[in-house]
Amino acid sequence: MIEYKMNLSNDQIEILEGKKGDTMRKMMETLVLFGDIFGAKRMVEVTHKEGHLVTSFGIPLLKPLFKTMEELNKEGIVAPGKFTLDPRPLDYKNVKCNFLEKLVFNKILYGKQSDYEKQLLKVGLKDLDSFSCTCYLKECGNRPKKGDILSWAESSAVVFANSVLGARCNRNSGMLDLFGSIIGYVPEFGLLLDENRKASWVIEVKTTKIPEAQILGSAIGMKVMDAVPYVIGLDKFIGTELNDDNEAYLKDFGAASASNGAVGLFHIDNLTPEAKELGKSLILENAKHYVIDDEELEKVYKSYPNMWKHKDATPELCFIGCPHLTLSQLIKWNSDIKESLAKHGKSKVNCRVVLTCAPKVKNELIASHKDVYDSIYKMGVTVSSICPLMYTNNPLVHGKAIITNSNKLRTYSMARYFKDQDILELITK
Amino acid sequence: MKEFKGRVIAKGNFKGEACVSHEGFNTLASFQKSALMNKKNVIVSDQNNKDLFGVNITNKILCLPITIGSTTGGLVIQTVCDMKINPRAFLFSEEIDSLAASGIVLSKVWQNSNVICIDKLGKEFLDTVKTGDTLEIKEDGTVILLDK
Repeated sequence: MIEYKMNLSNDQIEILEGKKGDTMRKMMETLVLFGDIFGAKRMVEVTHKEGHLVTSFGIPLLKPLFKTMEELNKEGIVAPGKFTLDPRPLDYKNVKCNFLEKLVFNKILYGKQSDYEKQLLKVGLKDLDSFSCTCYLKECGNRPKKGDILSWAESSAVVFANSVLGARCNRNSGMLDLFGSIIGYVPEFGLLLDENRKASWVIEVKTTKIPEAQILGSAIGMKVMDAVPYVIGLDKFIGTELNDDNEAYLKDFGAASASNGAVGLFHIDNLTPEAKELGKSLILENAKHYVIDDEELEKVYKSYPNMWKHKDATPELCFIGCPHLTLSQLIKWNSDIKESLAKHGKSKVNCRVVLTCAPKVKNELIASHKDVYDSIYKMGVTVSSICPLMYTNNPLVHGKAIITNSNKLRTYSMARYFKDQDILELITK
Repeated sequence: MKEFKGRVIAKGNFKGEACVSHEGFNTLASFQKSALMNKKNVIVSDQNNKDLFGVNITNKILCLPITIGSTTGGLVIQTVCDMKINPRAFLFSEEIDSLAASGIVLSKVWQNSNVICIDKLGKEFLDTVKTGDTLEIKEDGTVILLDK
Protein backbone atom coordinates (compact mmCIF):
# COMPACT_ATOMS: atom_id res chain seq x y z
CA MET A 1 0.00 0.00 0.00
CA ILE A 2 1.18 3.54 -0.73
CA GLU A 3 2.44 5.85 1.97
CA TYR A 4 -0.04 8.59 2.74
CA LYS A 5 -0.39 11.43 5.21
CA MET A 6 -4.11 12.12 5.64
CA ASN A 7 -6.43 10.44 8.13
CA LEU A 8 -8.59 7.81 6.50
CA SER A 9 -11.57 5.87 7.82
CA ASN A 10 -11.40 2.09 8.02
CA ASP A 11 -13.59 1.81 4.91
CA GLN A 12 -11.30 4.10 2.99
CA ILE A 13 -8.22 2.17 4.13
CA GLU A 14 -9.81 -1.09 2.98
CA ILE A 15 -10.29 0.35 -0.49
CA LEU A 16 -6.68 1.52 -0.49
CA GLU A 17 -5.58 -1.95 0.55
CA GLY A 18 -7.29 -3.37 -2.53
CA LYS A 19 -10.05 -5.20 -0.64
CA LYS A 20 -12.64 -3.85 -3.09
CA GLY A 21 -10.59 -4.65 -6.18
CA ASP A 22 -7.57 -3.25 -7.93
CA THR A 23 -9.41 -0.59 -9.92
CA MET A 24 -11.07 0.81 -6.79
CA ARG A 25 -7.63 0.75 -5.14
CA LYS A 26 -6.08 2.78 -7.94
CA MET A 27 -8.92 5.29 -7.89
CA MET A 28 -8.60 5.74 -4.13
CA GLU A 29 -4.81 5.92 -4.40
CA THR A 30 -5.14 8.69 -6.99
CA LEU A 31 -7.50 10.71 -4.79
CA VAL A 32 -5.37 10.23 -1.65
CA LEU A 33 -2.07 11.13 -3.31
CA PHE A 34 -3.77 14.11 -4.93
CA GLY A 35 -5.14 15.27 -1.56
CA ASP A 36 -1.80 14.76 0.18
CA ILE A 37 -0.13 17.18 -2.24
CA PHE A 38 -2.45 19.90 -0.96
CA GLY A 39 -2.26 18.95 2.70
CA ALA A 40 -5.79 17.52 2.88
CA LYS A 41 -6.33 16.13 6.36
CA ARG A 42 -9.15 13.79 5.38
CA MET A 43 -11.55 12.71 2.68
CA VAL A 44 -15.04 14.25 2.92
CA GLU A 45 -18.31 12.91 1.64
CA VAL A 46 -19.59 14.14 -1.69
CA THR A 47 -23.01 15.49 -0.63
CA HIS A 48 -24.33 16.36 -4.09
CA LYS A 49 -24.16 12.87 -5.51
CA GLU A 50 -24.68 13.69 -9.17
CA GLY A 51 -21.31 14.17 -10.81
CA HIS A 52 -20.35 16.21 -13.84
CA LEU A 53 -17.54 15.00 -16.09
CA VAL A 54 -15.49 17.01 -18.53
CA THR A 55 -14.37 14.32 -20.96
CA SER A 56 -17.22 13.88 -23.40
CA PHE A 57 -15.22 13.16 -26.51
CA GLY A 58 -14.11 9.83 -27.89
CA ILE A 59 -10.71 10.84 -29.20
CA PRO A 60 -8.85 7.58 -29.80
CA LEU A 61 -5.56 8.98 -28.59
CA LEU A 62 -6.97 9.36 -25.06
CA LYS A 63 -5.95 5.79 -24.44
CA PRO A 64 -5.63 6.15 -20.67
CA LEU A 65 -9.26 7.24 -20.48
CA PHE A 66 -10.66 4.33 -22.48
CA LYS A 67 -8.48 1.83 -20.68
CA THR A 68 -9.76 3.04 -17.33
CA MET A 69 -13.37 2.96 -18.56
CA GLU A 70 -12.81 -0.59 -19.78
CA GLU A 71 -11.57 -1.57 -16.35
CA LEU A 72 -14.58 0.05 -14.68
CA ASN A 73 -17.01 -1.70 -17.04
CA LYS A 74 -15.30 -5.03 -16.57
CA GLU A 75 -15.61 -4.82 -12.81
CA GLY A 76 -19.19 -3.48 -12.99
CA ILE A 77 -18.24 -0.28 -11.16
CA VAL A 78 -20.90 2.45 -11.33
CA ALA A 79 -21.16 6.01 -10.01
CA PRO A 80 -24.08 5.66 -7.56
CA GLY A 81 -25.44 9.21 -8.08
CA LYS A 82 -24.97 9.07 -11.85
CA PHE A 83 -23.42 11.99 -13.75
CA THR A 84 -23.87 14.51 -16.53
CA LEU A 85 -21.18 15.26 -19.07
CA ASP A 86 -19.76 18.02 -21.26
CA PRO A 87 -21.18 18.47 -24.78
CA ARG A 88 -20.59 16.08 -27.64
CA PRO A 89 -18.00 17.12 -30.23
CA LEU A 90 -20.25 16.50 -33.25
CA ASP A 91 -23.74 17.25 -34.51
CA TYR A 92 -23.91 16.60 -38.26
CA LYS A 93 -27.57 17.59 -38.44
CA ASN A 94 -27.09 21.13 -37.19
CA VAL A 95 -23.39 21.74 -37.85
CA LYS A 96 -22.93 20.43 -41.36
CA CYS A 97 -19.66 18.84 -42.36
CA ASN A 98 -18.41 17.86 -45.79
CA PHE A 99 -17.35 14.33 -46.74
CA LEU A 100 -13.71 14.89 -45.88
CA GLU A 101 -14.53 16.44 -42.51
CA LYS A 102 -16.85 13.55 -41.67
CA LEU A 103 -14.15 11.11 -42.61
CA VAL A 104 -11.63 12.82 -40.35
CA PHE A 105 -14.11 13.15 -37.49
CA ASN A 106 -15.51 9.62 -37.73
CA LYS A 107 -12.35 7.71 -38.46
CA ILE A 108 -9.63 9.74 -36.79
CA LEU A 109 -10.59 12.40 -34.30
CA TYR A 110 -13.74 11.06 -32.70
CA GLY A 111 -13.60 7.48 -33.90
CA LYS A 112 -14.32 6.13 -30.45
CA GLN A 113 -17.30 8.37 -29.68
CA SER A 114 -19.93 5.66 -29.99
CA ASP A 115 -17.94 3.09 -28.00
CA TYR A 116 -17.13 5.67 -25.37
CA GLU A 117 -20.79 6.62 -24.91
CA LYS A 118 -21.62 2.96 -24.35
CA GLN A 119 -18.89 2.81 -21.71
CA LEU A 120 -20.23 5.98 -20.09
CA LEU A 121 -23.78 4.64 -19.87
CA LYS A 122 -22.51 1.56 -18.07
CA VAL A 123 -20.56 3.66 -15.56
CA GLY A 124 -23.53 5.94 -14.75
CA LEU A 125 -24.21 8.56 -17.43
CA LYS A 126 -27.65 9.95 -16.53
CA ASP A 127 -29.07 9.76 -20.06
CA LEU A 128 -28.12 10.53 -23.65
CA ASP A 129 -29.49 14.08 -23.34
CA SER A 130 -27.09 14.94 -20.54
CA PHE A 131 -24.28 16.31 -22.70
CA SER A 132 -23.79 19.98 -21.82
CA CYS A 133 -21.33 22.22 -20.00
CA THR A 134 -24.33 23.92 -18.35
CA CYS A 135 -25.57 20.95 -16.34
CA TYR A 136 -26.60 23.33 -13.53
CA LEU A 137 -29.38 25.03 -15.51
CA LYS A 138 -32.82 24.15 -14.22
CA GLU A 139 -33.75 22.40 -17.48
CA CYS A 140 -30.73 20.11 -17.07
CA GLY A 141 -31.42 19.40 -13.43
CA ASN A 142 -27.93 18.83 -12.03
CA ARG A 143 -28.04 21.86 -9.75
CA PRO A 144 -26.32 21.66 -6.35
CA LYS A 145 -27.39 23.76 -3.39
CA LYS A 146 -25.33 26.10 -1.22
CA GLY A 147 -22.74 24.24 0.84
CA ASP A 148 -22.90 21.01 -1.16
CA ILE A 149 -19.62 19.18 -1.75
CA LEU A 150 -19.17 18.18 -5.40
CA SER A 151 -16.96 15.95 -7.47
CA TRP A 152 -17.20 17.84 -10.74
CA ALA A 153 -14.88 18.97 -13.48
CA GLU A 154 -15.44 21.40 -16.42
CA SER A 155 -13.93 24.69 -15.43
CA SER A 156 -16.98 26.79 -16.35
CA ALA A 157 -19.36 24.53 -14.38
CA VAL A 158 -17.07 24.41 -11.35
CA VAL A 159 -16.65 28.17 -11.17
CA PHE A 160 -20.43 28.66 -11.58
CA ALA A 161 -21.26 26.09 -8.89
CA ASN A 162 -18.78 27.61 -6.44
CA SER A 163 -19.57 31.24 -7.10
CA VAL A 164 -23.22 31.50 -8.10
CA LEU A 165 -24.66 28.48 -6.28
CA GLY A 166 -22.33 28.58 -3.26
CA ALA A 167 -21.47 24.89 -3.61
CA ARG A 168 -17.94 23.63 -2.90
CA CYS A 169 -15.77 22.04 -5.51
CA ASN A 170 -12.12 22.15 -6.44
CA ARG A 171 -10.99 22.56 -10.03
CA ASN A 172 -10.82 18.83 -10.49
CA SER A 173 -9.33 17.34 -13.56
CA GLY A 174 -11.02 14.90 -15.90
CA MET A 175 -10.81 11.37 -14.39
CA LEU A 176 -10.71 12.66 -10.81
CA ASP A 177 -14.25 13.96 -11.29
CA LEU A 178 -15.37 10.40 -12.02
CA PHE A 179 -13.25 8.80 -9.31
CA GLY A 180 -14.76 11.07 -6.63
CA SER A 181 -18.27 10.35 -7.90
CA ILE A 182 -17.67 6.61 -7.73
CA ILE A 183 -15.80 6.49 -4.41
CA GLY A 184 -18.19 9.06 -2.87
CA TYR A 185 -15.42 11.03 -1.17
CA VAL A 186 -13.05 13.80 -2.21
CA PRO A 187 -9.96 15.12 -0.43
CA GLU A 188 -10.74 18.13 1.71
CA PHE A 189 -8.60 21.09 0.68
CA GLY A 190 -8.68 24.23 -1.45
CA LEU A 191 -12.10 25.62 -2.22
CA LEU A 192 -13.78 23.12 0.10
CA LEU A 193 -12.44 25.07 3.09
CA ASP A 194 -13.72 28.45 4.35
CA GLU A 195 -10.26 29.99 4.58
CA ASN A 196 -9.54 29.38 0.91
CA ARG A 197 -12.80 30.97 -0.22
CA LYS A 198 -11.59 34.41 0.80
CA ALA A 199 -10.55 36.91 -1.84
CA SER A 200 -6.93 37.93 -2.40
CA TRP A 201 -7.90 40.33 -5.18
CA VAL A 202 -10.36 43.22 -5.17
CA ILE A 203 -11.63 44.10 -8.62
CA GLU A 204 -13.17 47.54 -8.96
CA VAL A 205 -15.44 47.82 -11.98
CA LYS A 206 -15.54 51.47 -13.02
CA THR A 207 -16.92 51.20 -16.53
CA THR A 208 -19.52 53.60 -17.91
CA LYS A 209 -21.82 50.78 -19.04
CA ILE A 210 -22.30 47.10 -18.34
CA PRO A 211 -19.02 45.38 -19.27
CA GLU A 212 -19.06 42.61 -21.85
CA ALA A 213 -19.12 39.54 -19.56
CA GLN A 214 -16.63 37.60 -21.64
CA ILE A 215 -14.03 40.41 -21.70
CA LEU A 216 -14.44 41.27 -18.03
CA GLY A 217 -13.97 37.60 -17.10
CA SER A 218 -10.98 37.32 -19.39
CA ALA A 219 -9.33 40.45 -17.96
CA ILE A 220 -9.82 39.22 -14.41
CA GLY A 221 -8.68 35.66 -15.21
CA MET A 222 -5.49 36.86 -16.85
CA LYS A 223 -4.76 39.16 -13.92
CA VAL A 224 -5.56 36.97 -10.88
CA MET A 225 -4.82 33.52 -12.38
CA ASP A 226 -6.05 31.01 -9.76
CA ALA A 227 -6.82 33.49 -6.98
CA VAL A 228 -10.28 34.38 -5.70
CA PRO A 229 -11.45 37.82 -6.89
CA TYR A 230 -14.03 39.95 -5.06
CA VAL A 231 -15.72 42.14 -7.65
CA ILE A 232 -17.07 45.52 -6.58
CA GLY A 233 -19.23 47.75 -8.77
CA LEU A 234 -20.77 45.10 -11.01
CA ASP A 235 -24.00 44.84 -9.01
CA LYS A 236 -25.05 48.29 -10.18
CA PHE A 237 -25.25 46.88 -13.72
CA ILE A 238 -26.56 43.36 -13.10
CA GLY A 239 -28.55 43.73 -9.89
CA THR A 240 -28.46 42.48 -6.34
CA GLU A 241 -30.70 39.42 -6.65
CA LEU A 242 -29.83 36.40 -8.74
CA ASN A 243 -32.13 35.81 -11.70
CA ASP A 244 -32.00 34.14 -15.12
CA ASP A 245 -30.35 37.14 -16.76
CA ASN A 246 -27.54 37.77 -14.32
CA GLU A 247 -26.93 34.03 -13.87
CA ALA A 248 -26.41 33.85 -17.64
CA TYR A 249 -24.06 36.84 -17.42
CA LEU A 250 -22.08 35.21 -14.60
CA LYS A 251 -21.97 31.92 -16.52
CA ASP A 252 -20.17 33.67 -19.39
CA PHE A 253 -18.05 35.83 -17.09
CA GLY A 254 -16.97 32.80 -15.04
CA ALA A 255 -16.13 30.68 -18.08
CA ALA A 256 -13.85 33.41 -19.41
CA SER A 257 -12.14 33.86 -16.03
CA ALA A 258 -11.60 30.10 -15.71
CA SER A 259 -10.26 29.58 -19.22
CA ASN A 260 -8.20 32.76 -19.60
CA GLY A 261 -6.94 32.24 -16.06
CA ALA A 262 -7.71 29.53 -13.55
CA VAL A 263 -10.41 31.12 -11.43
CA GLY A 264 -12.44 28.55 -9.50
CA LEU A 265 -14.45 30.95 -7.36
CA PHE A 266 -15.40 34.62 -7.54
CA HIS A 267 -17.56 36.81 -5.37
CA ILE A 268 -19.75 39.59 -6.74
CA ASP A 269 -20.41 42.23 -4.11
CA ASN A 270 -24.08 42.31 -3.02
CA LEU A 271 -25.04 39.49 -5.40
CA THR A 272 -23.46 36.04 -5.10
CA PRO A 273 -24.43 33.97 -2.05
CA GLU A 274 -21.28 34.24 0.03
CA ALA A 275 -20.79 37.92 -0.80
CA LYS A 276 -24.36 38.59 0.31
CA GLU A 277 -23.84 36.66 3.51
CA LEU A 278 -20.34 37.75 4.48
CA GLY A 279 -19.79 40.93 2.47
CA LYS A 280 -16.36 42.52 2.41
CA SER A 281 -15.20 40.37 5.33
CA LEU A 282 -14.41 37.89 2.54
CA ILE A 283 -11.55 40.13 1.42
CA LEU A 284 -8.17 39.17 2.82
CA GLU A 285 -5.90 41.76 4.38
CA ASN A 286 -3.34 42.97 1.85
CA ALA A 287 -5.55 41.94 -1.06
CA LYS A 288 -4.30 43.29 -4.37
CA HIS A 289 -6.40 45.78 -6.34
CA TYR A 290 -7.25 45.89 -10.04
CA VAL A 291 -9.35 48.69 -11.48
CA ILE A 292 -11.24 47.91 -14.65
CA ASP A 293 -12.54 50.83 -16.66
CA ASP A 294 -13.57 51.19 -20.30
CA GLU A 295 -9.99 51.78 -21.37
CA GLU A 296 -8.69 48.67 -19.61
CA LEU A 297 -11.40 46.49 -21.17
CA GLU A 298 -10.60 47.84 -24.61
CA LYS A 299 -6.90 47.19 -24.03
CA VAL A 300 -7.61 43.56 -23.12
CA TYR A 301 -9.96 43.17 -26.10
CA LYS A 302 -7.35 44.50 -28.49
CA SER A 303 -4.68 42.17 -27.10
CA TYR A 304 -6.42 39.08 -28.50
CA PRO A 305 -4.40 37.87 -31.47
CA ASN A 306 -5.98 37.24 -34.86
CA MET A 307 -5.02 33.63 -35.63
CA TRP A 308 -6.71 33.43 -39.02
CA LYS A 309 -4.60 32.41 -41.98
CA HIS A 310 -6.09 35.26 -44.02
CA LYS A 311 -6.41 38.04 -41.47
CA ASP A 312 -9.21 39.90 -43.26
CA ALA A 313 -11.20 36.87 -44.36
CA THR A 314 -14.98 36.99 -44.50
CA PRO A 315 -16.45 34.94 -41.63
CA GLU A 316 -17.64 31.49 -42.73
CA LEU A 317 -18.97 30.17 -39.47
CA CYS A 318 -20.12 31.73 -36.22
CA PHE A 319 -20.50 29.97 -32.88
CA ILE A 320 -22.56 31.65 -30.19
CA GLY A 321 -22.82 29.77 -26.93
CA CYS A 322 -19.64 28.56 -25.27
CA PRO A 323 -20.60 27.84 -22.54
CA HIS A 324 -24.00 26.72 -23.81
CA LEU A 325 -26.72 29.36 -23.93
CA THR A 326 -29.57 29.57 -21.46
CA LEU A 327 -33.17 29.58 -22.65
CA SER A 328 -33.45 33.34 -22.16
CA GLN A 329 -30.19 33.91 -24.06
CA LEU A 330 -31.53 31.86 -26.99
CA ILE A 331 -34.68 33.94 -27.03
CA LYS A 332 -32.68 37.17 -26.89
CA TRP A 333 -30.31 36.14 -29.70
CA ASN A 334 -33.34 35.31 -31.84
CA SER A 335 -34.82 38.77 -31.37
CA ASP A 336 -31.44 40.54 -31.71
CA ILE A 337 -30.60 38.76 -34.97
CA LYS A 338 -34.09 39.35 -36.30
CA GLU A 339 -33.88 43.06 -35.48
CA SER A 340 -30.41 43.43 -36.98
CA LEU A 341 -31.46 41.63 -40.18
CA ALA A 342 -34.45 43.94 -40.49
CA LYS A 343 -32.16 46.94 -40.03
CA HIS A 344 -30.05 45.72 -42.94
CA GLY A 345 -33.09 44.80 -45.05
CA LYS A 346 -32.26 41.10 -45.02
CA SER A 347 -34.05 37.95 -44.01
CA LYS A 348 -31.19 35.47 -43.59
CA VAL A 349 -27.78 35.58 -41.95
CA ASN A 350 -24.81 35.79 -44.30
CA CYS A 351 -22.77 32.88 -42.93
CA ARG A 352 -23.38 29.68 -41.02
CA VAL A 353 -24.46 30.68 -37.52
CA VAL A 354 -24.82 28.11 -34.76
CA LEU A 355 -26.45 28.84 -31.41
CA THR A 356 -25.42 26.16 -28.93
CA CYS A 357 -27.34 25.02 -25.87
CA ALA A 358 -27.94 21.92 -23.77
CA PRO A 359 -30.15 19.24 -25.37
CA LYS A 360 -32.71 19.72 -22.59
CA VAL A 361 -32.74 23.49 -23.12
CA LYS A 362 -33.30 22.91 -26.83
CA ASN A 363 -36.16 20.52 -25.98
CA GLU A 364 -37.65 23.19 -23.73
CA LEU A 365 -37.27 25.81 -26.46
CA ILE A 366 -39.16 23.59 -28.88
CA ALA A 367 -41.81 22.71 -26.28
CA SER A 368 -42.50 26.15 -24.88
CA HIS A 369 -41.22 28.62 -27.53
CA LYS A 370 -41.77 26.86 -30.85
CA ASP A 371 -42.22 30.24 -32.55
CA VAL A 372 -38.73 31.28 -31.48
CA TYR A 373 -37.25 27.97 -32.56
CA ASP A 374 -38.89 28.25 -35.99
CA SER A 375 -37.81 31.87 -36.32
CA ILE A 376 -34.17 30.96 -35.60
CA TYR A 377 -34.13 28.36 -38.37
CA LYS A 378 -36.02 30.67 -40.74
CA MET A 379 -33.15 33.15 -40.48
CA GLY A 380 -30.71 30.44 -41.54
CA VAL A 381 -29.40 29.92 -38.00
CA THR A 382 -29.22 26.47 -36.38
CA VAL A 383 -29.48 25.33 -32.77
CA SER A 384 -27.04 22.64 -31.75
CA SER A 385 -25.82 20.97 -28.59
CA ILE A 386 -22.33 20.54 -29.97
CA CYS A 387 -19.16 21.57 -28.15
CA PRO A 388 -17.73 24.25 -30.47
CA LEU A 389 -14.35 23.82 -28.86
CA MET A 390 -14.16 20.16 -29.74
CA TYR A 391 -15.57 20.75 -33.22
CA THR A 392 -12.88 23.30 -34.01
CA ASN A 393 -10.07 20.98 -32.87
CA ASN A 394 -8.97 19.65 -36.22
CA PRO A 395 -6.75 20.78 -39.09
CA LEU A 396 -9.64 20.99 -41.55
CA VAL A 397 -11.37 23.55 -39.40
CA HIS A 398 -8.19 25.47 -38.55
CA GLY A 399 -8.23 27.13 -41.97
CA LYS A 400 -11.79 28.38 -41.59
CA ALA A 401 -12.65 31.94 -40.64
CA ILE A 402 -14.69 31.28 -37.50
CA ILE A 403 -16.04 34.04 -35.31
CA THR A 404 -17.39 33.71 -31.80
CA ASN A 405 -18.50 35.69 -28.77
CA SER A 406 -16.79 33.14 -26.52
CA ASN A 407 -13.48 33.92 -24.92
CA LYS A 408 -13.07 30.27 -24.01
CA LEU A 409 -13.46 29.19 -27.62
CA ARG A 410 -11.04 31.92 -28.72
CA THR A 411 -8.47 30.61 -26.24
CA TYR A 412 -8.62 27.01 -27.41
CA SER A 413 -9.08 27.48 -31.16
CA MET A 414 -8.27 29.74 -34.10
CA ALA A 415 -11.66 31.44 -33.79
CA ARG A 416 -11.73 35.22 -33.55
CA TYR A 417 -13.52 36.82 -30.65
CA PHE A 418 -15.95 39.66 -31.25
CA LYS A 419 -18.26 41.52 -28.91
CA ASP A 420 -21.95 40.59 -29.13
CA GLN A 421 -22.84 43.76 -31.01
CA ASP A 422 -20.02 43.23 -33.53
CA ILE A 423 -21.05 39.61 -34.03
CA LEU A 424 -24.57 40.78 -34.84
CA GLU A 425 -23.27 43.20 -37.43
CA LEU A 426 -20.92 40.65 -38.97
CA ILE A 427 -23.61 38.02 -39.45
CA THR A 428 -26.43 40.27 -40.61
CA LYS A 429 -24.96 43.11 -42.69
CA MET B 1 26.01 27.69 -10.92
CA LYS B 2 22.92 28.43 -8.88
CA GLU B 3 20.80 26.08 -6.78
CA PHE B 4 17.12 26.09 -5.99
CA LYS B 5 15.23 23.77 -3.67
CA GLY B 6 11.59 22.81 -3.98
CA ARG B 7 9.10 20.22 -2.81
CA VAL B 8 9.20 16.86 -4.56
CA ILE B 9 5.88 15.78 -6.06
CA ALA B 10 7.34 13.08 -8.31
CA LYS B 11 11.00 12.35 -7.80
CA GLY B 12 13.76 11.66 -10.29
CA ASN B 13 17.20 12.71 -11.54
CA PHE B 14 17.51 14.42 -14.89
CA LYS B 15 19.68 16.89 -16.75
CA GLY B 16 18.18 18.80 -19.65
CA GLU B 17 17.12 21.99 -21.36
CA ALA B 18 14.78 24.46 -19.70
CA CYS B 19 11.68 25.88 -21.38
CA VAL B 20 10.35 28.78 -19.34
CA SER B 21 6.80 30.11 -19.24
CA HIS B 22 6.50 33.20 -17.08
CA GLU B 23 2.73 33.24 -17.40
CA GLY B 24 0.36 30.44 -16.36
CA PHE B 25 0.83 27.52 -18.72
CA ASN B 26 -2.47 26.60 -20.38
CA THR B 27 -2.27 22.80 -20.57
CA LEU B 28 -5.06 22.07 -23.02
CA ALA B 29 -4.29 25.02 -25.29
CA SER B 30 -0.57 24.14 -25.29
CA PHE B 31 -0.71 20.38 -25.79
CA GLN B 32 -3.89 19.84 -27.77
CA LYS B 33 -2.67 20.42 -31.30
CA SER B 34 0.33 18.08 -31.09
CA ALA B 35 -1.56 15.45 -29.09
CA LEU B 36 -4.55 15.45 -31.42
CA MET B 37 -2.32 15.15 -34.46
CA ASN B 38 -0.47 12.28 -32.80
CA LYS B 39 2.84 14.12 -33.23
CA LYS B 40 6.11 12.84 -31.89
CA ASN B 41 6.83 16.14 -30.16
CA VAL B 42 4.72 18.72 -28.40
CA ILE B 43 5.00 22.12 -30.05
CA VAL B 44 3.26 24.57 -27.73
CA SER B 45 0.08 25.72 -29.48
CA ASP B 46 -1.22 28.26 -26.96
CA GLN B 47 -1.48 31.55 -28.83
CA ASN B 48 -1.57 33.46 -25.51
CA ASN B 49 1.74 32.07 -24.30
CA LYS B 50 4.27 34.64 -25.49
CA ASP B 51 7.22 32.68 -24.07
CA LEU B 52 6.59 29.22 -25.46
CA PHE B 53 4.18 29.46 -28.40
CA GLY B 54 5.74 27.30 -31.15
CA VAL B 55 8.45 25.82 -28.89
CA ASN B 56 9.13 22.08 -28.73
CA ILE B 57 8.89 21.02 -25.07
CA THR B 58 9.01 17.23 -25.40
CA ASN B 59 11.65 15.71 -23.13
CA LYS B 60 12.59 19.20 -21.95
CA ILE B 61 12.22 20.74 -18.49
CA LEU B 62 9.12 22.88 -18.35
CA CYS B 63 9.52 25.73 -15.85
CA LEU B 64 6.30 27.51 -15.00
CA PRO B 65 4.38 29.26 -12.23
CA ILE B 66 1.24 27.09 -12.43
CA THR B 67 -0.96 25.60 -15.13
CA ILE B 68 -4.20 27.29 -16.12
CA GLY B 69 -7.21 26.61 -18.32
CA SER B 70 -9.61 23.75 -18.89
CA THR B 71 -10.22 21.02 -16.34
CA THR B 72 -9.27 18.47 -18.96
CA GLY B 73 -5.74 19.56 -18.03
CA GLY B 74 -4.87 16.58 -15.83
CA LEU B 75 -6.08 14.04 -18.35
CA VAL B 76 -4.15 15.87 -21.05
CA ILE B 77 -0.94 15.58 -19.00
CA GLN B 78 -1.70 11.89 -18.40
CA THR B 79 -2.23 11.41 -22.13
CA VAL B 80 0.99 13.08 -23.23
CA CYS B 81 2.83 11.02 -20.59
CA ASP B 82 1.15 7.90 -22.00
CA MET B 83 2.24 8.96 -25.50
CA LYS B 84 5.73 9.64 -24.09
CA ILE B 85 5.84 13.11 -25.64
CA ASN B 86 5.62 14.90 -22.29
CA PRO B 87 8.10 17.37 -20.86
CA ARG B 88 10.44 15.16 -18.84
CA ALA B 89 9.98 17.41 -15.83
CA PHE B 90 7.55 20.04 -14.58
CA LEU B 91 9.18 22.61 -12.30
CA PHE B 92 6.73 24.97 -10.63
CA SER B 93 7.83 28.21 -9.00
CA GLU B 94 4.58 28.31 -7.00
CA GLU B 95 2.56 25.59 -5.29
CA ILE B 96 1.37 23.18 -7.94
CA ASP B 97 -2.24 23.74 -9.05
CA SER B 98 -4.93 21.07 -8.77
CA LEU B 99 -5.10 20.26 -12.49
CA ALA B 100 -1.38 19.73 -12.93
CA ALA B 101 -1.26 17.73 -9.70
CA SER B 102 -4.05 15.49 -11.02
CA GLY B 103 -2.11 14.92 -14.22
CA ILE B 104 1.11 14.02 -12.40
CA VAL B 105 -0.67 11.67 -9.98
CA LEU B 106 -2.71 10.02 -12.76
CA SER B 107 0.46 9.50 -14.79
CA LYS B 108 2.23 7.93 -11.84
CA VAL B 109 -0.59 5.67 -10.60
CA TRP B 110 -2.08 4.57 -13.93
CA GLN B 111 0.84 4.88 -16.39
CA ASN B 112 3.80 4.36 -14.08
CA SER B 113 5.33 7.37 -15.86
CA ASN B 114 8.84 8.58 -15.07
CA VAL B 115 7.75 12.23 -15.22
CA ILE B 116 9.46 14.40 -12.61
CA CYS B 117 7.65 17.13 -10.75
CA ILE B 118 8.88 19.68 -8.21
CA ASP B 119 6.93 22.69 -6.95
CA LYS B 120 7.50 25.70 -4.66
CA LEU B 121 10.84 26.58 -6.26
CA GLY B 122 10.20 30.26 -5.66
CA LYS B 123 9.80 33.38 -7.77
CA GLU B 124 13.55 33.83 -8.12
CA PHE B 125 13.70 30.49 -9.92
CA LEU B 126 11.49 31.73 -12.76
CA ASP B 127 13.22 35.12 -12.78
CA THR B 128 16.62 33.47 -13.14
CA VAL B 129 16.21 30.50 -15.46
CA LYS B 130 15.92 31.22 -19.17
CA THR B 131 14.70 29.05 -22.02
CA GLY B 132 17.69 27.12 -23.36
CA ASP B 133 19.52 27.00 -20.01
CA THR B 134 20.72 23.60 -18.80
CA LEU B 135 19.24 22.39 -15.52
CA GLU B 136 20.15 19.43 -13.38
CA ILE B 137 17.39 17.98 -11.23
CA LYS B 138 18.13 15.85 -8.18
CA GLU B 139 15.63 13.51 -6.60
CA ASP B 140 15.68 15.44 -3.31
CA GLY B 141 14.10 18.44 -5.06
CA THR B 142 17.29 20.36 -5.78
CA VAL B 143 17.46 22.10 -9.15
CA ILE B 144 20.86 23.32 -10.31
CA LEU B 145 21.26 25.93 -13.02
CA LEU B 146 24.49 24.90 -14.72
CA ASP B 147 26.96 27.44 -16.05
CA LYS B 148 26.99 27.89 -19.79
